[in-house]
Amino acid sequence: MKNDLLKFITCGSVDDGKSTLIGHMLYDAKLLFTDQKKALELESRVGSNDGKIDYSLLLDGLMAEREQGITIDVAYRYFTTANRSFIVADTPGHEEYTRNMAVGASFASLSVILIDASQGVLLQTKRHVRICVLVGIRHFVFAVNKMDLAGYDQARFQKIKKDIKLLMSEFDYKTIKVIPVSATEGDNITSRSDRMDWYTGPSLLQYLENVDVSGEDENTGFSMPVQRVCRPNREFRGFQGQVASGELSVGDRITVLPSREQAGVKAILQGDQKVDSCFRGQAVTVQLESEIDISRGCVITKDCNLTVGSMLTASILWMDDNRLTAGMNFFLKLGTQQVPATVLSIRYKTDINSGNRIETDHVLKNEIALCEISTGSKIVFGQFYNHPAHGSLILIDRITNATAACGVVVQNIAEENNLTWNEMDITRDLRQARLGQKAVTVWMTGLSGSGKSTVANALEKRLFAMGKHTMLLDGDNVRMGLNKNLGFGQQDRMENIRRIAEVSKLMNDAGLIVITSFISPYRQDRRSAQEIIGDSFLEVYVSTPLSECERRDVKGLYKAAREGKIADFTGITSPYEPPENPIVCIDTSQNDVETCVDIILEKLEDRIRYGE
Amino acid sequence: MDHLKELESEAIYIIREVTAECEKPVMLYSIGKDSSVMLHLALKAFYPEKPPFPFLHINTTWKFHEMIEFRDKRAEELQIEMLEYINEDGVNRGINPFEHGSAYTDIMKTQALKNALDKYGFTAAFGGGRRDEEKSRAKERIFSFRNREHAWDPKNQRPEMWNLFNTRINQGESIRIFPLSNWTEADIWQYIRKENIPIVPLYFAKPRPVVQRDGNIIMVDDDRMKLLPGEKVETKMVRFRTLGCYPLTGGVESAAATLDEIIDETLGAVESERTSRIIDSDSGSASMEKRKREGYF
Repeated sequence: MKNDLLKFITCGSVDDGKSTLIGHMLYDAKLLFTDQKKALELESRVGSNDGKIDYSLLLDGLMAEREQGITIDVAYRYFTTANRSFIVADTPGHEEYTRNMAVGASFASLSVILIDASQGVLLQTKRHVRICVLVGIRHFVFAVNKMDLAGYDQARFQKIKKDIKLLMSEFDYKTIKVIPVSATEGDNITSRSDRMDWYTGPSLLQYLENVDVSGEDENTGFSMPVQRVCRPNREFRGFQGQVASGELSVGDRITVLPSREQAGVKAILQGDQKVDSCFRGQAVTVQLESEIDISRGCVITKDCNLTVGSMLTASILWMDDNRLTAGMNFFLKLGTQQVPATVLSIRYKTDINSGNRIETDHVLKNEIALCEISTGSKIVFGQFYNHPAHGSLILIDRITNATAACGVVVQNIAEENNLTWNEMDITRDLRQARLGQKAVTVWMTGLSGSGKSTVANALEKRLFAMGKHTMLLDGDNVRMGLNKNLGFGQQDRMENIRRIAEVSKLMNDAGLIVITSFISPYRQDRRSAQEIIGDSFLEVYVSTPLSECERRDVKGLYKAAREGKIADFTGITSPYEPPENPIVCIDTSQNDVETCVDIILEKLEDRIRYGE
Repeated sequence: MDHLKELESEAIYIIREVTAECEKPVMLYSIGKDSSVMLHLALKAFYPEKPPFPFLHINTTWKFHEMIEFRDKRAEELQIEMLEYINEDGVNRGINPFEHGSAYTDIMKTQALKNALDKYGFTAAFGGGRRDEEKSRAKERIFSFRNREHAWDPKNQRPEMWNLFNTRINQGESIRIFPLSNWTEADIWQYIRKENIPIVPLYFAKPRPVVQRDGNIIMVDDDRMKLLPGEKVETKMVRFRTLGCYPLTGGVESAAATLDEIIDETLGAVESERTSRIIDSDSGSASMEKRKREGYF
């Protein structure tokens, strides 16, 4: 354990003295270079600290931080003592920068939480503990700081220690230590202080040098997410990745997820060296005895109980400025897998202070919530507590690419509800064969009045006459039945599309050719539909210009919208986003209806023909 | 796991993630010790395949001669694709480190780098930067996102959770990736020794022709270096802790001619390595951050 690496963070409320604590530790332990020390002494003299050394200047490295005297983002510091190497992430205390604090926490195995002795346990302390626990920290040190200002009072310390124990009783943790310190004066930082002889434990640094955080590998078996396939020539095929848990040896038999195919291990490479076995944390290349289908995102396992599924609940920290509501779509990254995903529902959010569950329909930045998530395709995952590498995920905004949330898998929903996907003997292919056609969904999109319904209707009649089996889903009709409980707000609009897409998919599975006719103005919505329907989704853009649609104004809606009687009317007060790659564009102001049908059929013919 | 192994695995994981997810990666190669380690890690990460990306050296035309020789030799030995980019516009305008100070760094390094990345359309560039080098680097994520102008926005960095790197970018944006973020100078030297990694001989002490200038020991590497009144060339036992453009890189007097001796000196060093980089002290403690905001690595 000597000479190993301890990654820890410091966190706590604003002005609890986190940066000062680390700065002082480095200074006292003689872990600074002279030029850094000189710069520190010089800068302190011009600062607002009455010429005394301001240790926080060592860590607050950004211009804005030094100007405002606060920590905005995580700073990483590296030091080595005779016993251990350390990486410390000094994290911001301001609530506004909570997500940066979470970044530091996700990297660490131990958290040093500062508490101002005069203030005791604060709301922000609770928030930080909750986030530390959420991202997987199981070892805690509470440094009760500013003991100098509290007269080194033992009673004060004992009171806070009791509050901390109470706070922590709610959480799962492995080790906890409470130490009275003064970051500015240096009491109990690197060595025991005489000014608190009532405290008999180790100093902070002494404790950090000796605490055992080696997470005993809880017998979860071997697992390795595949990062890439290495195939330099015909002879060599290896699967490269970092071992997430357990141990693997040459000769072992592995199971690949999600396919569950099995093979023996032929060789293991660490860099360019052949090795007999590999362990958690190592970056390796695994070669197998037989050729099985493995690509990036697959997980190589041995005696490891992971789930293959597409529905899960996750406890998430929302980090985006925009709020989260149910129905929103993301890319989900978990291990080396990246798939489209939808937040189906928000079960509750957690009150930071009490830990109580609060019912809600949205989540704001820096809030913690439990969500149900469905993924566009099956993924391999596990519960975070037992399988951290397979149970941590991020949600990526599909437009801005921002990392909107991080989260951990709480449960596999299929398991929770005892749902399993039943494979049916009569498959889509058998049904298609009997009907003599390939099932597709022709998704017609375009402005109101562009002629979608007219063309859709004519197209269906033509297909029907050709002996094809079809079904037409029309916007207004669906809203009068299946979707009559939905309004026109953002969330309902997404749900509207989701239901239509799911119904289209069921009908495709039944072998039918589906034609849909909905304005569906947003790319993101159509993309969601495409993800549900899959390869059978064919987009047709009815591109009749706005001026023409407005001139026709069959339903009188444009007039009403112009007069301000309809809010959010596509083309007038809300945007229409044309498809980027439709299979065909038709303009009903240029061609008559039958010609439009001809144009579509020409593109459709090959796609609906059954057989070669 | 011993801590060098842990750092090695982390770096290899990062390098593999980038090649798996990013469209057109490149590895910046500055010929220094950190680049040598990064190149070594890239070879390990893909073995027995060659690294599936090219290497790029931004040549200011003021590098030590030994550096360029070393670069060409390594590329030849390893059979890797080594691109070189020189800002010819700067060369034609006669931009040099003696007369143009920070404008030189901007034109021959920052602008040159931006031009090169744009020219080849690289969407992701590995750099050998380490967080222990400097205070604003200590704040930078491993994946550092740059806008169309290659600028870094330190106040709005993308959250980096666990080892789940979000590599998605929009058209025109790019990523700088620092696989050695968590390494210290001592780690680099110990790893070079452990893995027997070739480095430029300038790192080892040897008698070299130098002058004293503004408190720095500058090597006279070619005749473009004009002596100022009162300066004289002396031969001293010096070595370099970092390597860059010779007029801007201060040497240290040292007798350390072997890796073991260098490591002993480094572990006992009293000054951080960046003090020997003259460009860093240009405009106070925030100069690195300013340059990064403008697109510097």
